[in-house]
Amino acid sequence: MAAAAALEAVAPLGALWGLVQDFVMGQQEGPADQVAADVKSGSYTVLQVVEALGSSLENPEPRTRARGIQLLSQVLLQCHCLLLEKEVVHLILFYENRLKDHHLVIPSVLQGLRALSLCVALPPGLAVSVLKAIFQEVHVQSLPQVDRHTVYSIITNFMRTREEELKGLGADFTFGFIQVMDGEKDPRNLLVAFRIVYDLISRDYSLGPFVEELFEVTSCYFPIDFTPPPNDPHGIQREDLILSLRAVLASTPCFAEFLLPLLIEKVDSEILSAKLDSLQTLNACCAVYGQKELKDFLPSLWASIRREVFQTASERVEAEGLAALNSLTACLSRSVLRADAEDLLDSFLSNILQDCRHHLCEPDMKLVWPSAKLLQAAAGASARACDHITSNVLPLLLEQFHKHSQSNQRRTILEMILGFLKLQQKWSYEDKDERPLSGFKDQLCSLIFMALTDPNTQLQLVGIRTLTVLGAQPDLLSSGDLELAVGHLYRLSFLEEDSQSCRAAALEASGTLAAFYPVAFSTHLVPKLAEDLCTEESDLARGDGPTRCSRHPRCLQALSAVSTHPSIVKETLPLLLQHLCQMNRGSMSPGTSEVIAVCQSLQQVAEKCQRDPESCWYFHQTAVPCLLALAVQASMPEKEHSVLKKVLLEDEVLATVVSVIATATTHLSPDLATQSVAHIVPLFLDGNISFLPENSFSGRFQPFQDGSSGQRRLVALLMAFVCSLPRNVEIPQLNRLMRELLELSCCQSCPFSSTAAAKCFAGLLNKHPAGQQLDEFLQLAVDKVEAGLSSGPCRSQAFTLLLWVTKALVLRYHPLSSCLTDRLMGLLSDPELGPAAADGFSLLMSDCTDVLTRAGHAEVRIMFRQRFFTDNVPALVRGFHAAPQDVKPNYLKGLSHVLNRLPKPVLLPELPTLLSLLLEALSCPDSVVQLSTLSCLQPLLLEAPQVMSLHIDTLVTKFLNLSASPSMAVRIAALQCMHALTHLPTPVLLPYKPQVIRALAKPLDDKKRLVRKEAVSARGEWFLLGSPGS
Amino acid sequence: MVGGGGIGGGLLENANPLIYERSGDRPVTEGEEDEQVPDSIDAREIFDLIRSINDPEHPLTLEELNVVEQVRVQVSDPESTVAVAFTPTIPHCSMATLIGLSIKVKLLRSLPQRFKMDVHITPGTHASEHAVNKQLADKERVAAALENTHLLEVVNQCLSARS
Repeated sequence: MAAAAALEAVAPLGALWGLVQDFVMGQQEGPADQVAADVKSGSYTVLQVVEALGSSLENPEPRTRARGIQLLSQVLLQCHCLLLEKEVVHLILFYENRLKDHHLVIPSVLQGLRALSLCVALPPGLAVSVLKAIFQEVHVQSLPQVDRHTVYSIITNFMRTREEELKGLGADFTFGFIQVMDGEKDPRNLLVAFRIVYDLISRDYSLGPFVEELFEVTSCYFPIDFTPPPNDPHGIQREDLILSLRAVLASTPCFAEFLLPLLIEKVDSEILSAKLDSLQTLNACCAVYGQKELKDFLPSLWASIRREVFQTASERVEAEGLAALNSLTACLSRSVLRADAEDLLDSFLSNILQDCRHHLCEPDMKLVWPSAKLLQAAAGASARACDHITSNVLPLLLEQFHKHSQSNQRRTILEMILGFLKLQQKWSYEDKDERPLSGFKDQLCSLIFMALTDPNTQLQLVGIRTLTVLGAQPDLLSSGDLELAVGHLYRLSFLEEDSQSCRAAALEASGTLAAFYPVAFSTHLVPKLAEDLCTEESDLARGDGPTRCSRHPRCLQALSAVSTHPSIVKETLPLLLQHLCQMNRGSMSPGTSEVIAVCQSLQQVAEKCQRDPESCWYFHQTAVPCLLALAVQASMPEKEHSVLKKVLLEDEVLATVVSVIATATTHLSPDLATQSVAHIVPLFLDGNISFLPENSFSGRFQPFQDGSSGQRRLVALLMAFVCSLPRNVEIPQLNRLMRELLELSCCQSCPFSSTAAAKCFAGLLNKHPAGQQLDEFLQLAVDKVEAGLSSGPCRSQAFTLLLWVTKALVLRYHPLSSCLTDRLMGLLSDPELGPAAADGFSLLMSDCTDVLTRAGHAEVRIMFRQRFFTDNVPALVRGFHAAPQDVKPNYLKGLSHVLNRLPKPVLLPELPTLLSLLLEALSCPDSVVQLSTLSCLQPLLLEAPQVMSLHIDTLVTKFLNLSASPSMAVRIAALQCMHALTHLPTPVLLPYKPQVIRALAKPLDDKKRLVRKEAVSARGEWFLLGSPGS
Repeated sequence: MVGGGGIGGGLLENANPLIYERSGDRPVTEGEEDEQVPDSIDAREIFDLIRSINDPEHPLTLEELNVVEQVRVQVSDPESTVAVAFTPTIPHCSMATLIGLSIKVKLLRSLPQRFKMDVHITPGTHASEHAVNKQLADKERVAAALENTHLLEVVNQCLSARS
């Protein structure tokens, strides 16, 4: 038995001998892995491998020795975790000794040491001994890159696991490493070496007397100047090296005395990247530096930053300069001082003020803004800096405002003041008296009010913005100031047409400030506006036309603008509704535009109420019944056939009422929405008018039965409400409602009501949960569509229904959608409905505003356009090729609608297959197709220049042809494409340059200015192609 | 024709010039959107062509430095003539010829060929006004200047859209 066991043990050993021979003498690589695998599986021990190697480890021929050690190292790399402590000690001794060996042997020795550095069983003391041996015996920088990398790995491994032991070496370790990395050139190794230095510093290894050496050995790479070779397999970017070197340089205040002079020198250099890197590094340093480190260098640092911001042509340098100044100031503000030390912050800020303040007094000159930006960058660093600078600059600027009388100068000064005021918002002050602005409040207010009354619009605008910022400061403005401010805003809200921007700004400011000071606005603004609305009523009676026209809509806009606080809404909403009722009751006919203006104002109030659930319900509960009552009243047949009240039933007016109701509904909570739906659906289905505020009508309300055409139009309002409800709100009598809608959608009444019914049906369909009931509704719809399309007077209504139902299903990825889309595509060759079907694709792909919106809780899948594209474009293309000549444009039009709405990244990969079709579409005589194709190609020229380059010849010819199109829009688009062509690779374009420049001379003389403008910019770019300086 | 000295590095001749406001984009009128109505080339249109030309020294446009102004543009569309006067920021500005050349080149590239164009210095605003005007009026010298790679480079930089 024993003999047999011994024999078994010998047999693999025999194999081991063979493998070793094959590797060492036979120069085969495979056996190494085999040996390692056998050791791992326990067939033999590491010791046995050493024994088997035996003579080759001591062979007099260095190549053979190297080969032997290589095998051992490779085995160790895979099996270091199996080693016993005793084995490790012997192996380390062996390897350390071999470091003295022939240079051919060294790479394998280092590999072995790397394996041992990973070994957990390494007894204490050996890590230090290995490192000492390496530092002493190996001249690292004369090794090849891979072996240098091995040395860094050994060091990294030990630093990770033997930190305490290494620290025992003291500064010798640091010095040893400095010698190792001194002269390193390879970016891969540098990344590791920088990491080691960073760890040395951040883990508090002793640097001893070698701080400057360590700085020298790393800072010599600053600023990094490295361009990765093309197709670099290592993927090291310049930015990687910059960031890891910056981490080292900015890791310790100890480097400050060496680093700061270097940074100043590099900021002063001519090279843009060096300037940027230096400023960014300075910025990073400020996180760890204190006053002590910066003290001696502050004047030079300031001089360099100032020069860069004053003189540079590069916005990036300016931005980095300002950021560095901000960090410097923050650093000085943060430092804790000894009681007797001088606070450098004050003297630093005084320096900045001294160099910048006189420029602030020359608001026409170039340096005014760079100076203001520098001061603001410093002031933005800390509350202390902000106080210091603001208390110096504000009095100066206030004085300068009065010294300069020209509006544009005053504007610059006020804009600077605004910048400083904005900075105040960053710091909160506990104590009211501490606030630096309190002392300037009165002066600031009077200055703002001067600006608001200045004839110059730009100055007024800055005044409004300043007022908003000042008003946002808590507890600053007195009630007297507010009353004046509100008075100004009231006046500005009624400015003439040419100061549109100012009026808009005044309205916005009113909204912002009203949220802070609702009482001031309720007391001083809302009553005035209410009065205006009434006065105008009586003016109207006296036939005092012109003033009414201009003041009226502004008053409405102002009312909606200030409705930013719930308490204000409770005053403005009744005013607006009351106004609408009075218009309806008045003896004279209100114009369409006036009713629309009131509705738009309501719409804006509704939007502002959405944020607050309580206001939202208040609005819904107040406005919706009132609007419905007015509409129902208007739809009643009247004896003295009054056209006047029919204004409310006009398409445009109804559309605005629709958006008011929708906006007032989307944000309702499901509970409240359920309350509301229980009133509104019975109103339409059963004529139940009991919940309307005024409900004595001359007839019944039966929009779905035999009601008048006016009543049927109000289905749009039903749509606005039910299609905006949250999905989980149950709709009473849904089945009946859906059937009625379907009926109305294909009824031969006016297109407005049948479309509204189709949209309402589609909106409900989209949200309905899948199941039997949904399938029933769908079946009903399909039957209705087919019956309508087959023949007769209702084809176009049936088509509209098909379109909306398709859209509802496409949005939610319903399986039936493809079937319906095919039906729609079939209609492209219909002689009667073809063009409408083509335009239908635009509707399918675009976002609606009233129904099927995400805001209205419709089910809209994010990728529906991509999916529609993938599913249908191949069929469209096939249809195009198969179609007879006269209907081909319909296919092209449908296709261009789909492509136009598609996100460009999705379109790009599909381009090669579609491009030929698009190019053909350019020759299509239909200008809608031309325009849409051009607008599709233009972004592709910018984003896929390589693909487009292949078709350069066709593109140039067709674009130039279209630049002479009779349609101005096509000429403009074609010239924009000619401009976009310049993004193609220049070598592709150069052969066409003379021809294009000659051809583009013609549109320079186009009779339309807008066309000439495009021609000028396209031709200008073509001139620059391949020309120096471009 | 002119030297390229003073560009890039070194001290600026006028480090803190007066800055003027930029006019906004020309508002599009109803007439301009109407296919049928012809829009004639007017002074504002010419001004819009040249106002955004970059100054060779500053990161500013000729409009911001008030080198060009709309009132100094004379144009007659029916007679196909354009006259532009420009005002150097200082009377000894060494860039005057270069600025004039940039304006001229911009107009050559942007106006229909039928136009006869005259670019000159606003009378009394430059020390060597006469010499500069003479150079700008000389077709052959302008053409020769554009053969000079260095000069063309600077002109193209002035005419490039600011990135």
